[in-house]
Amino acid sequence: MKTKYHPLRPVIFAGLTLAASALLWTQAIADGKHFFPPVADAKVKEECGSCHMAFSPAMLPARSWQKMMGDLGNHFGDDASLAPQLNAEITDYLVRNAADANNGRYGSKLMRGLSATSAPLRITELPKWQREHREVPAWEWRHKEVRTKANCLACHVDAERGYYDDD
Amino acid sequence: MKHKLILSLAFSALTALSLTAQAGPIDTQLAGYKAAAQAADAKFTAFSAERGKAFHNRAFGGGKPDTPACASCHNENPRAAGLAPTGKVIEPVALSATPGRYADPAKVEKWFKRNCQEVLGRACSPQEKGDWLSYMVSQ
Repeated sequence: MKTKYHPLRPVIFAGLTLAASALLWTQAIADGKHFFPPVADAKVKEECGSCHMAFSPAMLPARSWQKMMGDLGNHFGDDASLAPQLNAEITDYLVRNAADANNGRYGSKLMRGLSATSAPLRITELPKWQREHREVPAWEWRHKEVRTKANCLACHVDAERGYYDDD
Repeated sequence: MKHKLILSLAFSALTALSLTAQAGPIDTQLAGYKAAAQAADAKFTAFSAERGKAFHNRAFGGGKPDTPACASCHNENPRAAGLAPTGKVIEPVALSATPGRYADPAKVEKWFKRNCQEVLGRACSPQEKGDWLSYMVSQ
């Protein structure tokens, strides 16, 4: 006797295959070079994410965070100073999750080409960042929904979850 | 029946409590600004949401060139979202639009300190703060 297959069997198989590869693909991105863990600490999110997006600590080396947190009174022209205790807590979080912490798991690729002694304060000054964005034309940066290179979200729609794919 | 009554009484009490808790911090803060405004000027009587509105929209020119007014980033319409020069969207400043906004007096003071410096190039007076806050509460 011939076994009777469900008429939708090929469709179900195709669906399952697609679902499995989608899952693998997501995993691949999570471990890949375009994932930077978003800030997970409530205080850091509040203090570093009110005026601009709370940038992932994995986007700058520890020495950069230390330098920045040591001069918050002049934070790119703004006074963003904090009470000493809060400053210390936030610095600790940034340093523990910096690009060069945890063996550079998430940030080492973005640090390529950066000299070990330089401590840039802008992520956009990193040689690797500049290489990755070299094809973005000037008019796109000036677009009214972009306005500044600090506005990652304008193009990287999933940046708040840590994903910075090529768009 | 009796239980139901007790429950509903307890519920009303809780609701009343939470309402007080919501209104509390802003009232206390306004009372503080009022005392300071009176100390600075004996003729001061009360805050004005109208003055607060004018303050919100006025271009001062004493602070940073890209942020001449509160409205530069916070929108002339306080019930609509604003936009910082960094491209970040700012929740509306009207209390009705963002109910939890003024619940923490320390946070309110922190932002007056930062933003007054950036917009006016100086600290805001207690009267300016009270007028502006009254405007936002009225919206």
